[in-house]
Amino acid sequence: MDAVSQLQRQFVEHATSLYREGYLDDQFTQLLKLQDESNPDFVVEVVSLFFEDSEKLLNNLATALQQESIDYKQVDAHVHQFKGSSSSIGAQRVKNVCVVFRNYCDEKNLDGCLVCLEQAKNEYLLVRNKLEALFNLEQQILQAGGSVPMMA
Amino acid sequence: MEDDNAEDMEVEILPSMWPEDIDAAGKKFNVEKPGVDQDLLEDFNFNEEPSIVDFKRLLELTNYSEKGSSQLSYLVKNWEWKQENAVRLLREELENLRKQQDKFELKKLEILEEHRFEDDNYGGDKRPVSILDEVYDIFQDVPKRRSDVIVQDERLEIDDECDTTTVKYWKQRALHLEKLLNVSVQREQILLEKLEESIENLEKQSSPVEELSQVLKRADNFLHFVLQNAPVVIGHQDKELRYRFIYNHFPSLREEDIIGKTDVEIFKGGGVKESQDFKREVLEKGLPGKREITFETELFGAKTFLIYVEPVFSKVGETIGVNYMGMEITDQVARREKMAKLREEIAVQKARETELNKTIHITEETMRAKQMLATMSHEIRSPLSGIISMAEILSTTKLDKDQKQLLSVMLSSGDLVLQLINDILDFSKVESGVMKLEATKFRPREVIKHVLQTAAASLKKMLILEGHVADDVPIEIIGDVLRIRQILTNLISNAVKFTHDGKIKINLNVIADPYPKAQITYEENELQSQETVVWIRCDVQDTGIGIPETALPSLFKKYMQAGADTARKYGGTGLGLAICKQLVELMGGRLTVSSKVNHGSTFTFILPHKVPQACDSSDETDDYKDKDDNGSMEEDDLKCGFFQFKTRTLGSLFSSNGSGPTHELTRSESDKIDRISVLENNNTNHMSVDQDRPFHDPCIQKNRPSNSNKLMKMDSGTTTSKSSARYKILLVEDTVVNVMVAKRMMRQLNQDMDVVNNGVEALRAVQRCDYSLILMDVCMPVMDGLQATRLIRSYEKNGNWDEARLAGVDIPDQISKEQPRKRIPIIAMTANAMSESADECFANGMDSFITKPVTLQKLKQCLEQYLPSYGAL
Repeated sequence: MDAVSQLQRQFVEHATSLYREGYLDDQFTQLLKLQDESNPDFVVEVVSLFFEDSEKLLNNLATALQQESIDYKQVDAHVHQFKGSSSSIGAQRVKNVCVVFRNYCDEKNLDGCLVCLEQAKNEYLLVRNKLEALFNLEQQILQAGGSVPMMA
Repeated sequence: MEDDNAEDMEVEILPSMWPEDIDAAGKKFNVEKPGVDQDLLEDFNFNEEPSIVDFKRLLELTNYSEKGSSQLSYLVKNWEWKQENAVRLLREELENLRKQQDKFELKKLEILEEHRFEDDNYGGDKRPVSILDEVYDIFQDVPKRRSDVIVQDERLEIDDECDTTTVKYWKQRALHLEKLLNVSVQREQILLEKLEESIENLEKQSSPVEELSQVLKRADNFLHFVLQNAPVVIGHQDKELRYRFIYNHFPSLREEDIIGKTDVEIFKGGGVKESQDFKREVLEKGLPGKREITFETELFGAKTFLIYVEPVFSKVGETIGVNYMGMEITDQVARREKMAKLREEIAVQKARETELNKTIHITEETMRAKQMLATMSHEIRSPLSGIISMAEILSTTKLDKDQKQLLSVMLSSGDLVLQLINDILDFSKVESGVMKLEATKFRPREVIKHVLQTAAASLKKMLILEGHVADDVPIEIIGDVLRIRQILTNLISNAVKFTHDGKIKINLNVIADPYPKAQITYEENELQSQETVVWIRCDVQDTGIGIPETALPSLFKKYMQAGADTARKYGGTGLGLAICKQLVELMGGRLTVSSKVNHGSTFTFILPHKVPQACDSSDETDDYKDKDDNGSMEEDDLKCGFFQFKTRTLGSLFSSNGSGPTHELTRSESDKIDRISVLENNNTNHMSVDQDRPFHDPCIQKNRPSNSNKLMKMDSGTTTSKSSARYKILLVEDTVVNVMVAKRMMRQLNQDMDVVNNGVEALRAVQRCDYSLILMDVCMPVMDGLQATRLIRSYEKNGNWDEARLAGVDIPDQISKEQPRKRIPIIAMTANAMSESADECFANGMDSFITKPVTLQKLKQCLEQYLPSYGAL
């Protein structure tokens, strides 16, 4: 087995595990489908954008929840946005945390919100690591002259 | 001293007159000492009536029966013993007295002897004792007791001869002693008298008959005392079972009615014979026995007696009768029976409890199964959506007609499976009553056709699927099309499953309102509130194996199938019909079935539907689900009420014949009419228009007035429409990631779009430029999508931005004619896919909504629906 096919296999396995473990859902598949020759880096671009956006939102959320009197509407808006963007790239687990997060916002439950923020952060970092690993593999495959396997 | 003693003895003797030991010997009676309790007994006034005695018989009994004689001998023995005792006591007494007498006699002798000795003494040896003279004078003062005994007199006289003081003294002393002796003799006499008297008394008292009868009487009294309130009957019957004695505290018959008669002669009714037989049995066997007998006599009514019967033997050991005792235990029996009943009930209760526990267990199992089902469905959904997405992508590639057709079936089936899975997930919602129904406009003919088409596509048997829609069924009605499709699909697939040859037919017609005053239960769409309601009846008829009548009641139950055999043979979850029924009922309708074994079944459901205002077949129609394959139907096609599909064979499926039909429509003889000719003759109600067009062929403009020429042009121009005109599309979205994704998707769909980040910017953009379509996020900072839509609608209506300005939006003035604008389709993009949210979107003037995350398919559908002449790739 040559290096490329090994990398390809690794890539497929990694990607499959991402779906299997629920880090990603169909929406990510959608993104992959949107990528073509005319737009070879679309997924990486979107995901990077997501990373940027997420970090900004997480910061905003952390700040918002540290206020003396918390503006839950504001928090909710941030979470909503986070939920939107995570669901757009198919980061399912982040999205799920956001759903719970919003419930706590509705209840104005600070403890719940803080727990959710922590969870959201964790899930975000997890999916980020996973995706970066995936992109890394992709890069390696391309460098080795192989083609990235199609993921559906 | 002796005197006291004698009196003591008298006292002691008296109590012994009553034989104390009778207690020990006569325990059977437990008679107490009369001295203590006799009074008590005398207080009772015994009603001696109850016991009716045949005395002659009693005497005989006492003479002849073993028991009687033993009792008699016992009494005699007792009496003898008592007499013996008395005699013994008297003897002892006599003995005592004799001893006393001897003693006195002895003493007397002693005294006499002493006297003599002293006489001698004094005669021979005379001592001067003068000093004591005065002292001895005292003795003279003692009054002399005259003794009856004369024997000593001479001796005293002798003493007289002594002239000294000593002699005098001894004389006196002798006198004194004599006196004592006399007293003693007197006493003895008294005692003797007393003894005689006592013996006399004894003789008087202890005449045996008197004693016996006294004892008996006492025993009798006690018996009465004990028995007076006891619910017992005691009796003796001879060997012919004739009553010779009966004691009954509550007598209801007179003596002459009973004595000398048998039970059977006395009483009539249930239990009498039984008791008689029982007595006879005891009599014959000679063994005592107990039995409970319930009497049902005129005399007593229903009463239960516990009867004890004991045989009576003669001295030679023959049975000569029975003693019997009966006790009324009706209450006890009732209580016992009540107890038994209670115990039984408790047992039943316990059994039920166990059953319940089992049920709970089963329910828990079911819950777990449901949970698993939900999980599984969830798990299935992900890969399935992968399949569907891939198919979608595939459909955008270059395919020939056949391939497109196959793909379209694949897609629609996939959609359906997805839908079904969703429904299974929703099933619990229906059960708990939280499922909400959507109210959307749809075309029943198209639904029927599509359902049949889908069913035909997956047929593996040679079957004909037909649809008949009556002319009076409106072209468009309002209802929850997804659910209705689900019901139809379920019923059809059920029919297909159980039909091996023949036809499956769907009939649709309008019926009169079965509940004229009933409320329509499904959610009302606020936008269209003034519709008339039609009741539509739908029959799904098959020529299958039918359902046995016995299985009909359980047919709609969950997880139930007509029989275990059926389940094995045909498989399936048994959930389908239950879902159908629930859904139909949820929509305010009714699902029924009629069936004949081996002839087929007909499932019928009736549903109320609202009818939208006459065919303004507007662009508000949001039945995008069904429009794909029929969007371009002609008015006449819309009204076509007959469809027929046959199973396609594998051959035709893979035939290279380009026009190889997936579904053959046989309304007319010409099955394969060229499309153009059909279109030219569109008043012949042909539906073959659709037959060769793939599902997702996007050349759809169903909401536009069209004519055949235009349609034809479009159809033929499918390839050119790929590079179709660009539309101005506006995306209002604040999340950068979403923007990027959506933009990229639009790119894929060959469209560009402008992007703004909030409602206010959207207003400005609308003012600047005419858009063909707006995709509007609902939740946004500054101004949300709902408000923005409302303001845009106001602008369209009034031609000015007054309302927007009122809302505080800074809109630059523009010299424009204040005239109503064309209505721009606005599609909401919402993260909450709930019905409420949809309602909110509609209420604010949005045309439709797509749920996030946005997918290519959703976007495409949207463009197809809302952009005129939008052609896909």
